[in-house]
Amino acid sequence: MHSTRKKLLWAIAGVAILVYTLLPVVWIVSLSFKKGDDINNQKFFPSEWSWDNYSTVFDTSLFTSALRNSVGISLIATVISVSLATLAAYAIARLQFKGKKLVLTTALAIAMFPTVALVGPLFDMWRSLGIYDTWIGLIIPYMSFTLPLSIWTLSAFFREIPWEMEQAAQVDGATPWQAFRKVIVPLAAPGVFTAAILTFFFAWNDFVFGISLTATDASRPVPAALAFFTGESFFQQPTAAISAAAVVVTIPVIALVLIFQRKIVAGLTSGAVKG
Amino acid sequence: MSTITADTPADARSSPPERSRAGLSDRARGEQRLGWYLVAPAVAVMLLVTAYPLGRAVYLSLFSYRLTDPDAREFVGLRNYGVVLTDGLWWQTVFTTLFITVVTVAVELVIGFAFALVMHRIVFGRRTVRTAILIPYGIITVVAAYAWQYAFALDSGFVNQWFGLGDKAWFSDRWSALAVIILAEVWKTTPFISLLLLAGLAQVPEDLQEAAKVDGATTRQRFFRVTVPNMKAAIMVALLFRTLDAYRIFDTIFIMTNGAEKTESVSFLTYRQTITRTALGLGSALSVLLFLSVALIAFIFVKGFRTDLSQVRGD
Repeated sequence: MHSTRKKLLWAIAGVAILVYTLLPVVWIVSLSFKKGDDINNQKFFPSEWSWDNYSTVFDTSLFTSALRNSVGISLIATVISVSLATLAAYAIARLQFKGKKLVLTTALAIAMFPTVALVGPLFDMWRSLGIYDTWIGLIIPYMSFTLPLSIWTLSAFFREIPWEMEQAAQVDGATPWQAFRKVIVPLAAPGVFTAAILTFFFAWNDFVFGISLTATDASRPVPAALAFFTGESFFQQPTAAISAAAVVVTIPVIALVLIFQRKIVAGLTSGAVKG
Repeated sequence: MSTITADTPADARSSPPERSRAGLSDRARGEQRLGWYLVAPAVAVMLLVTAYPLGRAVYLSLFSYRLTDPDAREFVGLRNYGVVLTDGLWWQTVFTTLFITVVTVAVELVIGFAFALVMHRIVFGRRTVRTAILIPYGIITVVAAYAWQYAFALDSGFVNQWFGLGDKAWFSDRWSALAVIILAEVWKTTPFISLLLLAGLAQVPEDLQEAAKVDGATTRQRFFRVTVPNMKAAIMVALLFRTLDAYRIFDTIFIMTNGAEKTESVSFLTYRQTITRTALGLGSALSVLLFLSVALIAFIFVKGFRTDLSQVRGD
């Protein structure tokens, strides 16, 4: 057969996918290096590369505080959410208890929930509780909406862990809790890590809560702040500044993708299709 | 649930050594209790931000209530729903949202399948392609929306120049604006669907393909008669997730058009009423209707198309 030719055709198709995935990214990077009138020259690449837009965004408190908020809120939400999901997924994968199905169904229903339907009541509730426009006011919804995915991903991982090890530990006199902590946790660490990356992506990406439940620099995360760059004329060239800010917040995403590609794919598909 | 958690702490304090030497039923009961302890925090957090606010939305939707004038809050029964459902704007928004959803998901399914096949068969650069496909998935939706908006914009965009379209103002016409919105959505979310389909492809038995090949089936026949039927479950789950997700579209519209030129989605309209106009009564009615329409779509998939959700739950 023409197997070499076939391989070549698949490789060309692969290049097409690369162009598809990278074109808008290269475009926004190139836009972020444009200087002055170059922004509106309708060319793909800048005629002169310049770091000006980057120094502008890092001199703007709207962006730097948003970056701080996004990093802090996303990391805290990720740590708490994944910890709770780990406990729940362990129970679902390993223990027999009534109501297991109900927990899984609830998680599934929440994953499908239209988040915008909640911002009105949450806006009202958070104001009366005094957590409107605070970090905690965003951390709580981020936890709720990342728990389902984490629970599925983790329970799928936990099912792969050899039962015997846990039983062996219990035979040796460990309590169920000790068996969990000393035996299962180290084995489950890779799965936990995957769930953490997916949770971080969700929190980092969120716009609905970010724009509805914040009002000031105190808690406004990056995606919401980006939308404010245009509204208020902080810059003479909002396009260039937004592009630079967009590139800055895309760097962590690309870094995570490059380092943890296998884990992310496994996590995305393990919950949805039996592996 | 609350009655169970309320009376367990006392029992849990009894000494563990006795328990482990006790009979099976005691052990099973201990396991049951541990199970509840472990899922309780996650369930509580999930419900705190969904069930209670949803109930609150149902309650608020029965009032005429604006945050700017809280004293004028007044019980109006189902009037808010009447106002929404007889308003042309609501139906126009529903139509726009359904249009975006159907086109986006249909296009994504085709491109996503093509991508999955490439990722399944490719030999050179397999890892590179599988890594690159994650970039649109991971990128912030708002960032993707800006990238595409600037690409099509009159002043900064390269698209008009590349394709010799002159001064085409993409965002001042409803259909061309929707086309760009859909393009941005498709770009961002096709990787997700293609990865789900790739996982499904990996489960199609290779010997079935070989058998069909020996029997003289063409590539097309093998695709539609062997591949697709064998991964039907994966396809349906991918479609369900993406349909629900597409129907909730908000970020891209906010950034690209801010709802102008009749590009408003149901989520965007709900946001505008509750947060921008602080009309919590009317906005809550919209929230409830948004929730019900999503629930209806899920119901149609599960009952109508028999989507097997045990696949999703991993039971």
